[in-house]
Amino acid sequence: MAEPLLKIDGLTRRFDVSKPWLNRVIEREEKQFLTANADVSFEIARGETFALVGESGSGKSTIAKMVVGLLPPSAGTITFDGQRIDTSAGIPRSLRRRFQMIFQDPFASLNPRWRVGEIIAEPIRTFGLMNPTDARKEAARLLEVVGLSAGDVNKFPHEFSGGQRQRIAIARALSSKPEFIVCDEPTSALDVSVQAQILNLMRDLQDEFGLTYLLISHDLSVVRHMANRIGVLYLGRLVEVAQGKKLFTEPQHPYTRMLLDAVPDLALSGRRRRPVEGEIPNPISPPPGCAFHPRCPLVHDRCRHEVPQPQPTPIGQAACHALDRVDTA
Amino acid sequence: MADPLLSVRDLVVEFPTRRGTLRALDRVSFDIMPGEVLGMVGESGAGKSITGAAIIGLIEPPGRIAGGEIRLKGERIDNLRPYALRKIRGKRIGMVFQDPLTSLNPLYTVAQQLIETIRTHIDCSEAEARKRAVALLDRVGIPAAERRIDDYPHHFSGGMRQRVVIALALCAEPELVIADEPTTALDVSVQSQIIEVLKDICAERGAAVMLITHDMGVIAETADRVAVLYAGRMAEVGPVREVITEALHPYTQGLMGSIPTLTQESDRLVQIPGSMPRLNAIPQGCAFNPRCDRAFAPCFTDRPDLLSPEAGRQVACWLHDPAKAQEVPHG
Amino acid sequence: MTPESKTPVPSKPPGRLYRAWDSDLAYAFRTSPVAVVATLVALVIIFCAVLAPWLAPMNPYNPAGLNLMNGFTPPMEPNAFTGETFVMGADNQGRDMLSTIMYGTRTSLFVGAMAVVFAMVLGISIGLFAGWRGGWVDSALMRVADVQLAFPAILIALLIFGIARGFIPDNLRDQMAIWVLIVAIGLSDWVQFARVVRGAAMVEKNKEYVQAARVIGAHPAKIMFRHILPNVMGPVLVIATISLALAIIAEATLSFLGVGVPPTQPSLGTLIRIGQSFLISGEWWILLFPALTLLALALSVNLLGDWLRDALNPRLR
Repeated sequence: MAEPLLKIDGLTRRFDVSKPWLNRVIEREEKQFLTANADVSFEIARGETFALVGESGSGKSTIAKMVVGLLPPSAGTITFDGQRIDTSAGIPRSLRRRFQMIFQDPFASLNPRWRVGEIIAEPIRTFGLMNPTDARKEAARLLEVVGLSAGDVNKFPHEFSGGQRQRIAIARALSSKPEFIVCDEPTSALDVSVQAQILNLMRDLQDEFGLTYLLISHDLSVVRHMANRIGVLYLGRLVEVAQGKKLFTEPQHPYTRMLLDAVPDLALSGRRRRPVEGEIPNPISPPPGCAFHPRCPLVHDRCRHEVPQPQPTPIGQAACHALDRVDTA
Repeated sequence: MADPLLSVRDLVVEFPTRRGTLRALDRVSFDIMPGEVLGMVGESGAGKSITGAAIIGLIEPPGRIAGGEIRLKGERIDNLRPYALRKIRGKRIGMVFQDPLTSLNPLYTVAQQLIETIRTHIDCSEAEARKRAVALLDRVGIPAAERRIDDYPHHFSGGMRQRVVIALALCAEPELVIADEPTTALDVSVQSQIIEVLKDICAERGAAVMLITHDMGVIAETADRVAVLYAGRMAEVGPVREVITEALHPYTQGLMGSIPTLTQESDRLVQIPGSMPRLNAIPQGCAFNPRCDRAFAPCFTDRPDLLSPEAGRQVACWLHDPAKAQEVPHG
Repeated sequence: MTPESKTPVPSKPPGRLYRAWDSDLAYAFRTSPVAVVATLVALVIIFCAVLAPWLAPMNPYNPAGLNLMNGFTPPMEPNAFTGETFVMGADNQGRDMLSTIMYGTRTSLFVGAMAVVFAMVLGISIGLFAGWRGGWVDSALMRVADVQLAFPAILIALLIFGIARGFIPDNLRDQMAIWVLIVAIGLSDWVQFARVVRGAAMVEKNKEYVQAARVIGAHPAKIMFRHILPNVMGPVLVIATISLALAIIAEATLSFLGVGVPPTQPSLGTLIRIGQSFLISGEWWILLFPALTLLALALSVNLLGDWLRDALNPRLR
């Protein structure tokens, strides 16, 4: 692989979820930490779509926030185009323009008091890319690029439907001419027919502008549709990384298999969903060893005390002790 | 055919606002047979939740039922007084909502809530009610039900809470359960568990289910029949397999094509252009006409009513009206 | 790709004025009799006060225009000596009560409004900063606010007034008194604004539009004032309105206690203090009319604030 656009190495994020100091003293409790991400490493090549899937508590949004500099990592490094961006000084301005983010909730991601034109032009003005007149023209042009009309610059966000707002958010993300866009659940707040429009739009824009996407989603079918490579997160750890569609035909990690089995079957193939045993453990006190072991059908002794390390598989890599035990599964 | 358990005819629900009256439901008709699972799908704002709320008489004022009728086993329930309606809610119609936290009172233990509900509707002693409650919790898959019944709702995880809500909805042995997005707030691995429990336990007790959801996957797996709502109007009703594989209404066809699946090969999703009209801007004729690529003359002038081109299926579309279909432009 | 909206968009946006008239708030206002009446009353009083120099029958502080013979003329009765008639009577020095009240209200309003503006600027800045920074900065600022809330506002104003007077040279005292009063009342009132703004800012700063601005590295000050502030102005407006009523009363209280405005610029409070000494001797109008004016002003502004709070709170509608 050529030099990756984004390289993440050993990324870890802990949150202090302790009670206030006084309560801790009175109730004699220790400080408590929630490990949102532990030792996550992956690379994203130029022009590809890398997706992170996981259920709630898997820490997928935390990774997105660390990548765009909204949260500092507790450990590990993030390298964008060869330059570290996890420095304490924040992301260098010259790099910042080159990546953008699209958020989940199009009703919260646009300032309700601003006109659409101002919203879209905000990155242009912040980075000083154009004079105000050109910025306004550019905003109108971008609205047409995302399938709205240029006259919409004077409207307010509340005049638009959810799907239209997400288009506006995409136009804003495009306005600084980025190469890399982090998409945090871009369609999970939208209806399916609108979701299809937005996913198609994202693909068109990727082709047109050569964009690289980091897609965060809990929806496996969306991920399958969009991604070249997929990382599966469970309780903050990357359990499997695989080439796009292969993950769905030959999943390696038992959790991936479980997730796939749980997806509702629209094709009516008669396959009965296999309900999964148990629920996701509390991330404040995750199980020792492999975090998935209490729910895993392939669990053995080693899983209970040793954290599995990622190892190569035919379709990518996976972190599971069962892979060592000569394909008995 | 047997008599329907629930029969909704020409239901109209209106919300007066200062900019005119909004019709959230416009002449909606459907039946639910005893023991059947009817899926109710539609985009947000299509009126699926309002349909559920109308049946149990929980439409928030100033909204009101402005027309039509709702019959439960032949008896009208849309014009009952509040106290009579309260007897039906809970006893004959159970409810499961999206957010389990809002259906459970955080100040009472699960046991207190279950026992109170059971004893409100069924004449039995406290000890007997408790026994029933434990058995029910056990049935919905709460481990160590005997012990956990005395816990408060916040002691349960999201999935477990939704199981408790299902138990609560079923404890008075209702004939119909209205489940409004019961799995939307849950993770995918827990979703399948909840759907399984809801489906099995209702089948066991012969309770019919009205399953309101935007998730076609859940409908595909669970429902016997599916009703598709669009802009407050019924677009299509039919057996779930047929609606999914060979939808009659252009909207349903587009909807099915727009859902990414785990097996499809194409790179692009089918997309329906535009979005559902707001309730104050529903076009004349068929509400879907601005987005429909097969719309022809009558679609812009007359609203199609539900008609039945095949046995057991209904669709509101002029393309399926033999009288109008001759005018369909070919090519 | 297919556009989501097929209808062509009108090129000219509706004007600001039309949008304001058409807004839900304006509609709620038009349909609320209490709000309309309160606004009318407040507007009439404010109008008369602001335009007092042009509207008032006489300038009560111009000694040349005074006639001591007019002293204690009852309302609507011709004076026994001069034959002059005063709508609201005349006070002990023969000043027309109506004019005195108009000028007094002017002073009261000026002090009240300036105090609220001062409290607002201070409170919003502190609240935004605390809410944005969070952590110990927030804790420290909010504890200060808590401590201040533990004392009655009037006591704090008295205290600040007293301390400030100590620092000001004698010859400037009367000149500065009104500004000292404004600062004293403002300082006793900023906490309300800071708390509300801080709470709202903490909610807003986690919204995605703020995160979107942070992703592109927008300056924190810009995020605070351009993004967050416009979205927390609703509750601020409510508090500002209610604070205005409270500030007018606080000013009246301080002036009544004799620590407020100098006697050369009497406010409603000063007039009430002067008037109450004549109540026992039967000259009721010298007390009653300033008191009624104060009541009407404070009540209408307060009702307006209450209405605004309900109208801006969607849960109460």
